[in-house]
Amino acid sequence: MAKLSINGKRVDVDVDGSTPLLWVLREQLGLTGTKYSCGIGICGACTVHIDGTAARSCIIPVSSLNTKQEITTIEGLSVDGSHPLQQAWLELDVPQCGYCQPGMIMSVAALLKGNPDPSDADIDSSITNICRCGTFNRVRRGIHLAVDISKRGRS
Amino acid sequence: MKKEQVNISRREFLISTTTVGAGFALGLYIPLGSSLAMAAGETSSAAPEVNAWVVIEPDDTVIIRIARSEMGQGTLTGLAQLVAEELECDWSRVRTEYPTPGQSLSRKRIWGSFSTGGSHGIRGSHQYVRKGGALAREMLIEAAADKWGVPKAECSVAASVITHKPTGRTTTYGKVAAAAAEMIPPFEVELKDPKDWKLIGKPIKRLDTVDKLTGKQIFGADLQLPGMLNAAIKACPVFGGTLASFDGAKVSKLPGVRAIVAVEDNAVAVVADTWWQAKTALDALPVTWNKGANANVSSASIAKMLDEGLTAKQAFVGNQVGDAKAALKDTVKKVEATYAYPFQNHATMEPMNATALWNKDRCEVWCPTQNGEAALEAAAEAAGLPPSQCEVYKIHLGGGFGRRGAFHDFVTQAVSIAKQMPGTPVKLLWTREEDMQHGHYHPITKAKMVGGLDDKGNLLGLHIRISGQSILASVRPEGLQNGADMIAFQCMLPGGDHAISYTVPNLLVEHAMRNPPVPPGFWRGVNINQNAIYMECFIDELAHAAGKDPLEFRRKLMAGHPKSLAVLNAVAERAGWSKPAPKGVYRGLAVCKAFASYVAACAEVSVDNNGKLTIHRIVAATDPGYAVNPQQIEAQVEGSFFYGLSALLYGECTIKGGSVEQQNFHNYPSMLIAEMPKVEVIVMPSGGFWGGIGEPTIAVAAPAVLNAIFAATGKRIREFPLKNTDLRSA
Repeated sequence: MAKLSINGKRVDVDVDGSTPLLWVLREQLGLTGTKYSCGIGICGACTVHIDGTAARSCIIPVSSLNTKQEITTIEGLSVDGSHPLQQAWLELDVPQCGYCQPGMIMSVAALLKGNPDPSDADIDSSITNICRCGTFNRVRRGIHLAVDISKRGRS
Repeated sequence: MKKEQVNISRREFLISTTTVGAGFALGLYIPLGSSLAMAAGETSSAAPEVNAWVVIEPDDTVIIRIARSEMGQGTLTGLAQLVAEELECDWSRVRTEYPTPGQSLSRKRIWGSFSTGGSHGIRGSHQYVRKGGALAREMLIEAAADKWGVPKAECSVAASVITHKPTGRTTTYGKVAAAAAEMIPPFEVELKDPKDWKLIGKPIKRLDTVDKLTGKQIFGADLQLPGMLNAAIKACPVFGGTLASFDGAKVSKLPGVRAIVAVEDNAVAVVADTWWQAKTALDALPVTWNKGANANVSSASIAKMLDEGLTAKQAFVGNQVGDAKAALKDTVKKVEATYAYPFQNHATMEPMNATALWNKDRCEVWCPTQNGEAALEAAAEAAGLPPSQCEVYKIHLGGGFGRRGAFHDFVTQAVSIAKQMPGTPVKLLWTREEDMQHGHYHPITKAKMVGGLDDKGNLLGLHIRISGQSILASVRPEGLQNGADMIAFQCMLPGGDHAISYTVPNLLVEHAMRNPPVPPGFWRGVNINQNAIYMECFIDELAHAAGKDPLEFRRKLMAGHPKSLAVLNAVAERAGWSKPAPKGVYRGLAVCKAFASYVAACAEVSVDNNGKLTIHRIVAATDPGYAVNPQQIEAQVEGSFFYGLSALLYGECTIKGGSVEQQNFHNYPSMLIAEMPKVEVIVMPSGGFWGGIGEPTIAVAAPAVLNAIFAATGKRIREFPLKNTDLRSA
């Protein structure tokens, strides 16, 4: 039995402790926005936040987690799709197939938490998600637009 | 006039996946299938279709049916634009739906081909989908005129509102749709003149973005059906090998395991409550394989096979002008080079998957597919049932790139597993490792290029001998022409969608077909990926041998190819070819006609003293004839550079012991955001034809960069990917 805190809710999951968080999210909790692609922590499609930090959920056994750690998935990033990144992604039509985008958005959201106005070099060094459609240039523009949206929201 | 009502039943259901212990609920709209629909209490829309392409709800929602698959390339939105342009409907009320392949079968393929490949989505169906929209419009207007008792000619329409011009009375499509559905469509209808287009040509937002930002978009891998089990699979890693045995007793007691089954003659699958349980048990399952005849095939043995083809006496001829061999004997300067291009995996982000439900008299499949009709055929064959007793529901694709079009091995497997568990839906999901090792790879070829110049540096003769794999021979042998695979000559042909961009006085293009036992497939760009490298890099080699500027050398050969010349000139001008590049930055050019579109690129790169390549900027031009959605064309052009340059930098599947050596993204890397160049896209539709978008640009990505690398380093790289080469200056 694993006890977790996901998107602000406490959940008890009856699962083998070695099961990666990704599969608990997808198969026990029905949170399929977090994607499987490589299973070895490289591509970032499975990115979630653990206490606000980006984490690749496909290589994290649930037994290593507890309810004090707040896990956020794409479904919990905003209530209504209004996170500045979601607004920016919509404005620029960033996704193509869209499969990597939940992970991409979660990686960028974590970056923005610690670095609210990242330079291109910051983006290059922190965003290592794979997108096989090649949306990277719109992803980059989307990050800068999200920063603008956030600034407008604060002013 | 009225007709007998034809209506298809649309099945769309809210499936509530109430989650274990957590109280989360995801509402997923997915087609549930007839067997399960009964149980779920199907509710189908009351609105009848106006015609096969258009359904209008009483509240003025416009549903446009799309037969081709959306896999990221934007065709869903583009096709809807084409229908809506003629329909004159309110774009803000448009949504789309996929008819099923089974419905297509029962209605004599009323939606035409479902195949989504070869950059055909729009160029292959623009005529009939626009006609569908136009006919629906005429029927809707006629229904309003009938209702008012006025001549149809007195009525006009804009944004779903029909107006009787003399009286100013109005009604909406939603109010007359039911009556329109009973009209007999006009026999003929004229399509709009392109100058009158209002939606086509506009950079309209995609219709399918919102759900991709919140995790709500359901891909095949995400599908959940009531009572569904999950399967993980392992096929013999050696191509052509078979399953010898497995010891199911070793894992049958592991948590969640429900069954361990042989799949076809070459694979074994574990079925369990969850996929993770299935995968865990599969990893622990002892399996033995009959490796078969290919157990000793290696990259080296394949290279030897291809080398022999480079000089073999017999070869198929794809293009012949004058007498190239004789001309080459007489030239003042002869240039020779041999290029080689490796196997590559599509590596869609979403691994292969399909969900199947088999009963003795019906089989249903839910899957991401580029060709629903082919998926239906595969399902029927594996199910042992006629196609009329099968159905396929297309689920959104997490990438396609050709992997999910001609090949439905994942459907065959899913049905084969489901058939062993009648009445239970089973979702089969491949691991990344399985996906990497059981692809249908970009074909492997080599090319020997020989060119001859006269004393003034003019190109007198060109002989191209390609040796290597034929996709058609493996995938669609009925498509061979007297044994020749004409798509092996893409962008080197005398005319057509893949015509050569140059006029060469003496030209010979040949293909010595050599088919190693590694399954080839259509891979975004098909054969232009390597052929354009061969052609465009070698033209660059010839230009340098002639002591000429690569742009001027090309221009001289392109007088008879004005559209190709126009895109080349456009990139040269935008990139500032005539002016020096910034210090340390070098430029390269490439041009190509592919999938009926004209494309060109100028790349700007630098290579530092350690051999580190930076691709700073790409200027790309595309003339697709008509540009349906320019902002989506830009996205496809950018994506093509990503895919083409990832292939150039990293893409390589090597063979050892009859198997692909690469397993996952650690040894089959992809370009990351840090490596992605700026891409400036010039969309320059010249009108009068319909060219493809998703693939053509990939042709120029690699050669433009390679030519720039030569300019920077003096090194001609002729074997790929670049990760294997030291780029430090020669």
